Amino acid sequence: MNTEFLGIIASFAITLLIAVPLGKYLAKMFAGEKVWTDFLKPFERFLFKLSGINPNEPMNWKQFLKAMMTINILWLVYGFFVLLYQDKLPLNPDKNPGMTADLSFNTIISFVANCNLQDYSGETGATYLTQHFIFMFLHFTSAATGIACAVGVFKAFKDKTVTDLGNFWNYFVKIITRLLLPLSIVIALILTFNGTPSSYAGKDQFMSLQGDTLNVSRGPAAQMIAIKHLGTNGGGWFGANSAHPLENPNYLTNMVEIIAQFIIPVAMILAFGYYIKRKKLGWIIFGVMMFGVLMLLLPTIFSEIGGNRAIAKMGISQTTGAMEGKEVRFGPAATAYWSTLTTVTSTGSVNGMHDSTMPLTGLWELLAMMINGFFGGCGVGLLNYFIYLIIAVFISGLMVGRTPEFLGHKVEAREVKIAALITLLSPFLIMAGTALSSYILTEHANINWAVKPSTWLNNPGYHGFSEMLYQYTSSNANNGSGFEGLGDNNVFWNVSAGIVILLGRFLPIIGPVAIAGLLAQKKYVPESAGTLKIDTVTFGLMTFAVIMVLNALSYFPALALGPLAEYFSMPK
Amino acid sequence: MKTSNKLFEPALVQTALKESFVKLNPKVMLRNPVMFTVEIGTVIMLYVTIYSYSHHDQGSFGYNFVVFLVLFLTVLFANFAEAIAEARGKAQADSLRKTREETPAKLIGEDGSITSVSSSQLKKGDVFVCETGDTIPTDGEIIEGLATIDESAITGESAPMIREAGGDKSSVTGGTMVLSDKIKVVVTTEPGESFLDKMIALVEGASRQKTPNEIALTILLASFTLIFIIVCVTLKPFADYAHTPITIAALISLFVCLIPTTIGGLLSAIGIAGMDRALRANVITKSGKAVETAGDIDVLLLDKTGTITIGNRKATNFWPVKEVSVDDLVKAAVLSSLADETPEGKSIIELAQQGKPGISLQVPAGSEFIKFTAETRSSGINTPEGLRIRKGASDSIRNLTVNAGNAYPEDVAERVKMVSSNGGTPLVVSQNEVVLGTVELQDIIKTGIAERFERLRKMGIKTVMVTGDNPLTAKFIAEKAGVDDFIAEAKPEDKMHYIKQEQNSGKLVAMMGDGTNDAPALAQADVGVAMNSGTQAAKEAGNMVDLDNDPTKLIEIVEIGKQLLITRGTLTTFSIANDVAKYFAIVPALFIASIPALQSINIMRLHSPESAILSAVIFNAIIIPLLIPLALKGVEYKPIGASALLRRNLLIYGFGGVIAPFIGIKLIDLLIGTMV
Repeated sequence: MNTEFLGIIASFAITLLIAVPLGKYLAKMFAGEKVWTDFLKPFERFLFKLSGINPNEPMNWKQFLKAMMTINILWLVYGFFVLLYQDKLPLNPDKNPGMTADLSFNTIISFVANCNLQDYSGETGATYLTQHFIFMFLHFTSAATGIACAVGVFKAFKDKTVTDLGNFWNYFVKIITRLLLPLSIVIALILTFNGTPSSYAGKDQFMSLQGDTLNVSRGPAAQMIAIKHLGTNGGGWFGANSAHPLENPNYLTNMVEIIAQFIIPVAMILAFGYYIKRKKLGWIIFGVMMFGVLMLLLPTIFSEIGGNRAIAKMGISQTTGAMEGKEVRFGPAATAYWSTLTTVTSTGSVNGMHDSTMPLTGLWELLAMMINGFFGGCGVGLLNYFIYLIIAVFISGLMVGRTPEFLGHKVEAREVKIAALITLLSPFLIMAGTALSSYILTEHANINWAVKPSTWLNNPGYHGFSEMLYQYTSSNANNGSGFEGLGDNNVFWNVSAGIVILLGRFLPIIGPVAIAGLLAQKKYVPESAGTLKIDTVTFGLMTFAVIMVLNALSYFPALALGPLAEYFSMPK
Repeated sequence: MKTSNKLFEPALVQTALKESFVKLNPKVMLRNPVMFTVEIGTVIMLYVTIYSYSHHDQGSFGYNFVVFLVLFLTVLFANFAEAIAEARGKAQADSLRKTREETPAKLIGEDGSITSVSSSQLKKGDVFVCETGDTIPTDGEIIEGLATIDESAITGESAPMIREAGGDKSSVTGGTMVLSDKIKVVVTTEPGESFLDKMIALVEGASRQKTPNEIALTILLASFTLIFIIVCVTLKPFADYAHTPITIAALISLFVCLIPTTIGGLLSAIGIAGMDRALRANVITKSGKAVETAGDIDVLLLDKTGTITIGNRKATNFWPVKEVSVDDLVKAAVLSSLADETPEGKSIIELAQQGKPGISLQVPAGSEFIKFTAETRSSGINTPEGLRIRKGASDSIRNLTVNAGNAYPEDVAERVKMVSSNGGTPLVVSQNEVVLGTVELQDIIKTGIAERFERLRKMGIKTVMVTGDNPLTAKFIAEKAGVDDFIAEAKPEDKMHYIKQEQNSGKLVAMMGDGTNDAPALAQADVGVAMNSGTQAAKEAGNMVDLDNDPTKLIEIVEIGKQLLITRGTLTTFSIANDVAKYFAIVPALFIASIPALQSINIMRLHSPESAILSAVIFNAIIIPLLIPLALKGVEYKPIGASALLRRNLLIYGFGGVIAPFIGIKLIDLLIGTMV
């Protein structure tokens, strides 16, 4: 047991060891200061020349968002059709079929949005072409989109009054060439040397001890798995994701993958502090987020290590904790650590079955995705947290008797309106989606759809409710992990989740960037003794309270009917 | 002006009760989105109550009726809060207005004839005359004459004030009374447009403009309300999935409990009460925004004279040279000052009388007075006995003595230096071109002013003293009074320049002024407070008028502005924090019948699902009237630094807001348990 804890602590320590210098490096790189990766400049210049882009052209928040949306819409269209006709395109050694329209709709949105909810299985539902030139490609670009938008927000608060948020294309390209690509190469190499396939050969065959002939899917997986974690994407090569022995062969690769998915979210928070020259603010935000992660992580670990009460009641001893749905090579603690990190960040890759975790673990996983701001996805985590910050600044500004200010810019009706709408969006998408599916399930259980609603759920009752709730929560958070146990490859789930993913991705990016742009244009108000400082522990606690109360109030009834009801119904 | 400090005067309560029902009009309610949704919920409950009389699938008639009643009360309580705040404000304004209604005015016609008309008929530009014993019918400016005026009806200050044509003391206010002499006054405002009329409009709900912060908060509260609409609407299919029927009463109760009714119900009362507090402080504001802005002020410009120091410089010491007795110096100084009408001259006589009550104040017959001129920078007297006494600036007296071939004593030069460096002004006195000694004039700093500046500093406000003094004297007084900065040898445009400079660096500036030459600066400042005694131009330019003419009033205004925001912020926090407990009461009550396991969430161990829901809505309703006094008085502002204040308010209203309803709901549940 102690070794298991040591594994978690070591993983976390290494994450910090990498994230701190990475944060400093990113702050410098984003600011255009001298960094060691400047040797890539000629290459970047070539890319800009090729695409006819002036990387130094200033952009206001509207131009910035326009650039971001344009390129993302382009990928949506391109990906949708390629997935639809992947069977007729090259690099398909296993002769996998093309996707249905609704599956293609869901899949392309999911990958463009950095969600990577997969209603298909990589082995049978995708080709090497689509895995490579759509999925892996989008792993890079979707992560870079999120980070670039966060950097736009950084820029808004670096100087006193600005309209220029920097050039989207410039950030976007540099993030790929100087952050995602180099780190991915390192991680892919480690994975390859540990047994993850990285060749273009088709399925392999072997004879099992029973004498059956078995097919084993392969492919250039290591490259994709590297960026899948680094970019907090989570879309796996194989259907079983990182629980698959080829995707995550041993404890070492498990550590590498868990570290990879956490370093950029952590580094971005610190980079924010360094970039706007308020190091303390970066660390305070880090502290609040870390506190939140621990609050979710510790109960998760203990509920998994404690084992299943129902099994204990049968008189079976569970010395290794709750092992259902877990890989023996990782054990419950490392799986619990993974399940927390993959839900707080928007990765959504899994190394065990979330459907099989204890009810309370399910609660923490859901809550982590509902909050979606404790580190969160690449760049977007900070953007989500920024919305919470605006609400916290507004309420606490009033409480100290001053028109609320965020880093020297007055927060007024327009900014509050945007923040309020974004705050509203998550409960709306999650609850309306779940309500709709619950309604169809109870009222129209036998509609003649490809998959009848009555057969959607593998588990009836509270757990089934959690499965539906989880699907929309994961979609809205752009997390992409599945509770699984849900028959989700059909028109209803593909389309409804696709819409939730799309809105849950772009509105929470547009909102914060717009707020930052609006605030940055305003006159800078210098600090005085009456100004509420936001880089203090007090304000950190305030933000934490705002996050917890907002989410608890939005989701308590739903959580009570799902994981809480399940937990309290277990044999005592 | 007499003001009642009682929060609930029976007469006002009666008006407010009546108003609470009038305000049920949905058109009026729509202004407050949170309470409007409660009203809709109440109407739905009314239908359900009627329905449950004949049907039994929505719970008993009695239970539905009680829920309906409590919701109805919730709306009424919120309306009452607004109504009582309005009533108090109106009563305050009415008592001001009463003084000037229907006063006869002596209108001067174009031909010079005087006709008596009612004050309400006076138009802008009319000229009227007032004599001893007349009440001034409306606001105006003296164009001819001088009068002593009793302004106690407006300011409560009983000492009569002198108002005269021209200069900065030419303004008169309607409702005040002329005690002596006769003045001609030109009317400066149209009827119904005086400051007071504007102020009355501010406390009347219908025409009250929401302030920027109030708008932003309303948006936030509306979005919380929307979140809870989502929560409650989606709960129905969730419950159907879990095979748990939910009654409409339970769903609406949950909704009403969750939406921020506490702050929603009190929000406009808080705003009106803020105006009212300003009015009680005898400040008339032209907009609610100005009061709110006052809370954000970073820099405060104050005139030295009258604000930081008492009136003018005063003589504080006689310093004779060696070989000259104090008496001789005093005698000479008094002689030279007898005809000196300047405040400094008068103060020399005062000081001499204090030291020697019997001193002769007779001017020798045939004396010739030498007036002060900018050239000689001295004044004095030539007596028939041949005494030539002069007093003046040290260098002018030095020239006088040295030119006459007399020595200028060393100790006088030293004394002059000493007095100057102490922030005083030295006057050197000579007799027949021989120096007798020095009179020290000092600015007297008001008692308690340093503490007020300290308080301002803790609020984060920088105080700036504006004075015509030289930089050395200004610096000394600035240090002694504890102001942060000063503008010495200030010309009117210097104020303007300073304000603009501070504003360019993003700061909000407040200033007080009374003179016409202050008007541009008053208009430029974010908060400009004109003295009621000031000129019309000054009053037009500023966004507040202080009826008391008290220059330190700004401190109170700043606190009122801050209180306004704090009260809103803390009650919002309290309102939202309350929801935690309400969830723990209602959610188990909703599901317990079909999911007995959820009994574990019923941590308050409430009696039954019905009593749990009732307890929650009852708590939700009665918290509104319980908090009305707080909304009207405002949450206290303590200048302890922003972070400390946040910690304090977060503990009281945030943490307290979580705990209080747990206790309240449990108590109500126990009560219901014993009744049923």
